[in-house]
Amino acid sequence: MNESIVRLRNLSKSFAGVDAVQAVEMEVTPGERRAVLGPNGAGKTTLFNLIAGAERPTAGAIELFGRDVTNLPAWQRARLGLARTFQTSRVLPGLSVEDNLYVAALGADGGHLRFVANRRDARLRSRARGAAERVGLADRLRSSARDLSHGEQRQLELGIAMVAEPRLLLLDEPAAGLSRAERQLLTQLLLSLDRDVTVMLIEHDMDVALTIAERVTIMHYGRVVLEGTPAEIRADQRVHDIYLGRTYAV
Amino acid sequence: METRGGRRSTEGEGAPERGGAWARWRGRAWARWRGLLSRGQLAVGRSASVAGALAVLSAAWVFYQVFDAGLGESGNVPNFIIITLNALSLAGLFFLAASGLTLIFGLMRVVNMAHGSLYLLGGYIAWSLTSSLGVNWWVAVIVATLAAGVFGLAMEELFLRWNLGQDLRQALITIALSVILADQMLNVFGGTAQQVSPPDLLAGPVGLGIYDLSYPAFRLFVVGVALAVGIALWFWIQRTRFGMVVRAGIDDGAMTSALGVNVRAVFAVAFFVGSCLAGLGGAFGGTVLSLAPGQDQVFLVSSIVVVIIGGMGSLAGAAIGALLLAFVEQYSAVYLPSGFGPYSMVVTFVLVAAVLALKPTGLFGRPA
Repeated sequence: MNESIVRLRNLSKSFAGVDAVQAVEMEVTPGERRAVLGPNGAGKTTLFNLIAGAERPTAGAIELFGRDVTNLPAWQRARLGLARTFQTSRVLPGLSVEDNLYVAALGADGGHLRFVANRRDARLRSRARGAAERVGLADRLRSSARDLSHGEQRQLELGIAMVAEPRLLLLDEPAAGLSRAERQLLTQLLLSLDRDVTVMLIEHDMDVALTIAERVTIMHYGRVVLEGTPAEIRADQRVHDIYLGRTYAV
Repeated sequence: METRGGRRSTEGEGAPERGGAWARWRGRAWARWRGLLSRGQLAVGRSASVAGALAVLSAAWVFYQVFDAGLGESGNVPNFIIITLNALSLAGLFFLAASGLTLIFGLMRVVNMAHGSLYLLGGYIAWSLTSSLGVNWWVAVIVATLAAGVFGLAMEELFLRWNLGQDLRQALITIALSVILADQMLNVFGGTAQQVSPPDLLAGPVGLGIYDLSYPAFRLFVVGVALAVGIALWFWIQRTRFGMVVRAGIDDGAMTSALGVNVRAVFAVAFFVGSCLAGLGGAFGGTVLSLAPGQDQVFLVSSIVVVIIGGMGSLAGAAIGALLLAFVEQYSAVYLPSGFGPYSMVVTFVLVAAVLALKPTGLFGRPA
């Protein structure tokens, strides 16, 4: 009964002749912490976009939570329990911190097209405030997201992803642009996440990635080159070659 | 400037309190102005002075025309009051039509070139319901509003939805639709100008209580409705949960979608509401003015001018833009020196040029 959370079969995506993702096979089990690593242009973000539904694959199939979602739009995959952050901070600048989190809770909960507020709203509001507390933004609830610092916007992004109480969390370079102290805070936060949540993470900061991840997938030129535990990855000569820019025949 | 400023301040010492304060104020104002000019904002400073001078001159000229013959019954003041009320009711119509356009643009970045057609369609539907079917005016207006909304929604679902983000295609598609609609309306409703008769309750004039003046009640009603619609829209966008989702969609559609919000459905609702407003504007416009082929383009251009002045996507901007456009149109038609009357249209575009020179994004617009 160990149903996998993510199953990618022969997944490919090409943009005008460039194969960004090529025949990727991947399986992520419930509660797993999976890091996806690779040099720039390896197709990591495209892979996330395919899983989240922001882009449609050219070939192959995507299963989430044991269900084929290849043809579902992004918002319906979010409803199934998927949340993501983006490579560059993406918050809703015109809304306050609380409203950012509230819209996210609303989106996950459904019923955002209702015109009238009902009893559930109070619960969503308190969930939004709870998420703000978890990511350390409790004192900035009323601030407009536009006025937050870069680090705070990253925290808010994480809060937005977590308020939805997702079963699968895709984090695209969460540590990018953060200070050392903020990185440690982030690592602590990710380690403290409940085991109900499966986490997939793209990260260039090896310390953060290998501290959190239990399994690592290395991508290069759109292909999965290697998969293993952090210890295996550290020991593998091919990983060093890829990162040092030596060509590697697939 | 130095010497003049100096002389002022010596005068100021002679007459202590007021002169001194005046000199200080003037000194500060000059410093600020010069700072503005030197901080690389020369162009803006210049446009601002030209626009300011134009506005002051025009206001002075209107003022002179109005009060030159005194405040008596035979003077120009009664006429001025009527013209001002005309301008207000016209502003109401402009706002009804333009608020829908600005809502749709703000959300979807679609410049709906068929917005004027929805206006005229709403008007014609109200007209045919009241005149040939004898339907109650209020019911007819509601039906016309909803019909224009449904029509707009169908337009969005069939033609625009799958061209999201492609500005040129969408503009061309909506222009094509407006041409087709114009011909079809000519075919169905004919080429003669029609007018919707107002409801009995509002058909008569109301006494204004000054100069024995009276004014059509319906026109005052238009102002009230425009105000109510403006407040309702503001409340909807700023204060309701749905409005919050709309604003989130404006900020970042892809991300809002990743949160589990069906942004396309939100857009469709917004398009429906925007089209409803065009239809409502048409029903009112058909009652105040008249419905005829070509009115679609007139109101499309007016709405676009209003939205350009106020700033694309801003509701407050649409209100200010509608007021400015209506007042400039009405006053220039009457108060331009004799012989220049036909040039009143030019004044409208001087207004647009002045606003754009000052703020290229419009008065309340944000850079896209």
